[in-house]
Amino acid sequence: MATETQSQPADWPGRYFHIDQVLNTPGPRTDESFLAGDGVKDFLRNKSKILVIGAGGLGCEILANLALTGFKDIHVIDMDTIDISNLNRQFLFRPKDVGKSKAIVAAEFIMKRVPGVKVTPYFGKIQDKDDAYYMQFNLVICGLDSVEARRWMNATLVNLVDPEEPESLKPLIDGGTEGFKGQARVILPTITSCYECSLDMLNKQTAFPICTIANTPRLPEHCIEWASVLEWPRVRGDLKLDTDDPEHIGWLYKIALARANEFKIEGVTWSLTQGVVKNIIPAIASTNAVIAAACCNEAFKIATSSAAYLNNYFMLIGTDGVYSYTFEHEKRDDCPVCGGEALEMTLKPTTTVEELIDILVEKQDIQIKKPSLSTPTKQIYFQAPPQLEEATRPNLEKKVSDLVPPGGEVTVTATTLPFSLSLRISYSE
Amino acid sequence: MIKIWSMKKNEDAAAKKKPKTSAAQIRVQKDLTELDLPPTMKTHFPDPADLLNFTLTITPDEGTRFLLLHISQSNSANNTSGMYKGGAFVFSFAINTNYPHDPPKVKCTQTIYHPNVDLEGNVCLNILREDWKPVLNLNSVMVGLQYLFLEPNADDPLNKEAAQEMSKNRDQFLNNVRASMRGGHIKGTQYDNVLVR
Ligand SMILES: [Zn+2]
Repeated sequence: MATETQSQPADWPGRYFHIDQVLNTPGPRTDESFLAGDGVKDFLRNKSKILVIGAGGLGCEILANLALTGFKDIHVIDMDTIDISNLNRQFLFRPKDVGKSKAIVAAEFIMKRVPGVKVTPYFGKIQDKDDAYYMQFNLVICGLDSVEARRWMNATLVNLVDPEEPESLKPLIDGGTEGFKGQARVILPTITSCYECSLDMLNKQTAFPICTIANTPRLPEHCIEWASVLEWPRVRGDLKLDTDDPEHIGWLYKIALARANEFKIEGVTWSLTQGVVKNIIPAIASTNAVIAAACCNEAFKIATSSAAYLNNYFMLIGTDGVYSYTFEHEKRDDCPVCGGEALEMTLKPTTTVEELIDILVEKQDIQIKKPSLSTPTKQIYFQAPPQLEEATRPNLEKKVSDLVPPGGEVTVTATTLPFSLSLRISYSE
Repeated sequence: MIKIWSMKKNEDAAAKKKPKTSAAQIRVQKDLTELDLPPTMKTHFPDPADLLNFTLTITPDEGTRFLLLHISQSNSANNTSGMYKGGAFVFSFAINTNYPHDPPKVKCTQTIYHPNVDLEGNVCLNILREDWKPVLNLNSVMVGLQYLFLEPNADDPLNKEAAQEMSKNRDQFLNNVRASMRGGHIKGTQYDNVLVR
C-alpha cells in the first residue's frame, strides 16, 4: 500500500493501511461525489487545512486524532498557558511545560511524534484573527469550555459565508464536555442550526440565590460565593476580580474560610475556591476522549466524503452507564446569528432616514411596524426608550448615505419581527 | 469537502449575509426599543451611545396587583403596596457581551431600607441569578424590580433587620421605611434621601 510516497518523504509503506481501507473504495453509504483512491487521499493529506480551537482537554485529543488520521496541515489557537492541574489528562504536556503556551507546546509535541504533520500554533485569542485568516481553512473544530468564545467563532463563520463562493462555507464541528456528559455537533453555517440557535439548551451554571448566600449558607460553595459576590465588591471596591490571580483567589479563600468556620461548614479549600469562581466542572479524561473522537470522525468524513456525516447533534450521557442520543437540532428563524431576513436595498443618495423607515413600513412582504435602526457601530434611529428616541431623532432628517457607507449594513429590530432584519445598503447613481 | 461546497449553491437562503453586529448587541437593541414600561419606570443612559450601561429609576405607586410570570415571590404583605410611594429608586444596569446567556448585572445605587436589598445595593431577585434564562429580557427584569417595591418579601432577606421588622412588627416597619426614605437613621445606619423633590 505505498501511496504518494514521492510527495511525502516522511511517509513509509503501509503508514495509512487502515485508513486507506476506507478511502480506496466507496461503501454503501458513501456520497456520489466521493473520489475513491488517490484523489481523496491527496485532498486529505496535501490540500486540506484544518483549524483546531483550544488545546486543552479536548484539544489535546483532537490534535492527536487528526494527526494520526492523516490531516497534515493543522493550525491550533489557544490563549491559555499550562497549569499543573492539566497534566492528568492533557497528555501533550509534561511538568517541564508548566507555564508555557498550550498551543505552542501541543504543536511541538505532535510534530515530533507524528512525522510529516505540520502544526502551526497561535498563542492568543480567536478574536485577534480576521476574516481572511479564517477563510484559509476548510474545517474548524472547536474544543472549548467558553460559551462566549464559541458564540464568537460561530458568528464569525456564519458571517464568512458568501453565497457566490462555495468554499467560504466552513463546517464547524463543536465538541463540549462537562464531567461525564458531552456533545459533538456539526454546524454548516447558514445551512443547519448554529451554536446560537441552541443557546437556550445549554446547561446553566449553578447559581445560588443571593439571600441564601447572605443569610443561610449550608454548603462550602455558599461561603465562597459570599466572598466573591458580596465581600469582594464591598471590600475591594472597583478592583476587578481576576480569577487567574493567586492573590485574588487567596483573598477569597481566606474570607470564605472564615465564613465557613462561623457557620460550622466544612470543605472550603483553595482549589474549591478556584473551582467555584472559575466555574470549573471536573474534567473527565474519558469523556474528552469520546467527544474528541466523535469530532474527528466527523472532520474525516466531511473532508473525504467517505461516509455520511452527523446530522447534526450527538449527546453523550455517562452519568448512569453509557447512553448516547443523536438528533437533528432545528435552525431557528429568530436566531440572531443565522436566522432572520437579509435584504439588499438600493437607495437614492438623497434618501433620508425617515424615508427609509417609510419604505420599510410600506413593504408588504416583511410586515414591519415601528422599526429601530442601527449600524454595527452606532444607532441610527431608536423608537424607544424616550431618551434614545430623542437622541436619535435628529438623524431622521439626515441622508442615509451620510450614516451608512455603500455596501454597509443596517440592523432593523421591531416587535413584529421574530428577531431582526439586516439590510445591505447600496446607492443608485 | 466537495459535497459540502456543492450544498450552498442549492440553498434557498443563499442570499443571506448577516451583519457584523454581534448577537448580544442586536438583542440589547431589541430589548431596549421594545421596552414597555409603565410611567413609574424610566431609563437613563449617561452615554446614549453606550447601550450596555444605564440606570433605571423606579417611582413606585400604590401598585395595581398584577400577575407576573417567571417570578416566584411568596405573597407576604397585604395593604402595604404603597409603602415606597414618594421615593425614586435608582438601579444601575451593566450588560456584558455574553448577554443573554449571562443576565444583566443590576445594583441599587442608593442605600435603601428594603428587606430584599442590602446596604451595598445587591438585590435579591431570582431572575437576576438562579432563575435567569435567555428567553427573559430587560423588560422582565425591570418589572421584577418594580414588584419588589410593591411586595417586599421577608422570606428572602438581604437586609435581615428590615425583613425581621417586616414580619414581626409591620407598623414599625412602615415607619422605618418612611424614615429611611427621608434620609433618616435606623439602628445606626444612615439611609439615602430618596424622596422625589
Ligand atoms: Zn442560528
